[in-house]
Formats: sequence, C-alpha cells, structure tokens
Amino acid sequence: MAMSNEEAFKKVQVELSAALGVDEEEVTPEATLVGDLGAESIDFLDIVFRLEKAFSIKVNQGELFPESVLNNPQFVQGDKVTDGGMAELRKVLPYIDLDAFDKNRNKNEFPNFIKVSDLVAFVQSKTA
Amino acid sequence: MRWIWIDRILELEKGKRCVAIKNVSLAEEVLHDHFPATATRPAMPVLPNTLIIEGMAQTAGIMVGHAYDFSEKVILAKVGRAAFTDAAWPGYTIRYSATMDRIDATGASTTGVVERINPADASIVPLAHIDLMFSHIDKNRAGLEFPEHNFVFTDQFMNLIRQSGF
Repeated sequence: MAMSNEEAFKKVQVELSAALGVDEEEVTPEATLVGDLGAESIDFLDIVFRLEKAFSIKVNQGELFPESVLNNPQFVQGDKVTDGGMAELRKVLPYIDLDAFDKNRNKNEFPNFIKVSDLVAFVQSKTA
Repeated sequence: MRWIWIDRILELEKGKRCVAIKNVSLAEEVLHDHFPATATRPAMPVLPNTLIIEGMAQTAGIMVGHAYDFSEKVILAKVGRAAFTDAAWPGYTIRYSATMDRIDATGASTTGVVERINPADASIVPLAHIDLMFSHIDKNRAGLEFPEHNFVFTDQFMNLIRQSGF
C-alpha cells in the first residue's frame, strides 16, 4: 500500500535533519536542500543512503540527480539545458517539480532547485 | 609522508568489518601539546579526539578500500557523528571497530565504535561512536578528474595491512 504524504514527509524530515544537522522544524516541504538547508554535494550521497535505509528502497544512480541528462551534450548547450533536455528531465524525474528550474535552466544550479517535497514525492513513487 | 594513526589490524572481513588498535604513547609529541600544563593545573596528555576520528577513518577506509580490492580512491567525505564519552590516555590501547553500513559504486557509509583497553587488567571502556561517509572520488557527481595512481592506498597503508597478516 502506498505511503501517505504525511507519513513519508515525517520520515524524510527525520532523515534530512540527521543528514544535514538541522532542526526538524526547518525541514518544511517548501525548503530547498541546498539553499535553505545547506546541503553540499556529499550530503546528497548521504541522503540517498539514508532514504534507502529508512524506506527500504533502492535508489539507482541518476534517479534523483540526473547526471546522465545534465552532462549529455545532446541535452545541454554551454551550461543551459535545451528544450529537449527539459523534456527529458520531466520524463526521467516525474516526481520533481521542475517549473522553477525551467525558468533558470543552468545545469550547474539544478541541485539548488530540489525541494523537500520533491524527495517526499520521490520516495512515495518508489514505495507505491 | 603521511601519519598512520593505527598500529595493527586485528580483523578484516571483506565488505563487512574491520577492527584495528592503536597504542597511545607519551613518545608521541602531539600528546605534549594536548594539553600542556597551565599555571593552575598539571599537563593532561591525551590523544586528541580529532586524531581518534582519523584513526577510525583509516580503519573504516581500509575496510571500504578492501571491499573493492583497493581499486578505488577512498576519501573521507563526511563525519556524520562523532560522540565522545571518555578520553584516550597514554599507556592504554584504543580499539577501533568499523562496520559497513552500505557501499556502492559512488561511496560508502560506515558506523564505528571506539573503546579504550587498560593493559593492566584488560578492562574495556567505551570511548566514542564515530559514523563516517566515504566517497569513491573517481565516481564523483561533479565529474572531476583525479590523478590515475592510487594516492590513498600508498605503500605505507599496504604494508600495515600486510604486517597485520592480511
């Protein structure tokens, strides 16, 4: 049975609080991992490990952080993700809200757009 | 040159566990600076907690490297937890027990227990819990490139492993 949004959020909140050393109250659905919660690149590996353990799921490389798209010259020109790249991102990351990133499109800034609610939607899709 | 902060490996179970010891000695200069005497109290030489974290990083790092036959460059990426409940005095033995939590192509996470053994009566006191994360840096997400030779598992480390009988 799929996990409720609230149930998934509570667990994500606990894991992010532990991984990033922030108070659970700071982990709101709208908080961005990098900007609001101070995540650095190595924290993403930590977060993936913790989510796998907490939700008994397996996260494959690229499922949450789409290097395969962002480093593919077919989808990126200079540092800008092309229209085709955006379509590909929406296809491989259906659980992530990409509207804000669509306005920016700088591939290096992609991690800055991941929000807590995206992680919740991701684990829900994995446990459904 | 690199400081090795473990003396001997006691157990090395592939991809699962590594146990190492270090004998804390007054011959180590660092103890005399940590902490020297002040006007109001005598010297308190103890092994600095930062170096205890390094000892665990070396113990767990060997376990992580050994899991892939030392083909990866294993770099300490994050100290998830380092909680100390006691101090490492000279004349005692510090035992590091590292356990693999998870390992994949990109890196590993480990949990670790540090204990202080008293050689006088073999009594054991818990000293710290240290949980770490390691990155296989050639597989970093940023796609950065590093030198080809394995600068992590140098001869110094490999000799330590061999001398310990593994």
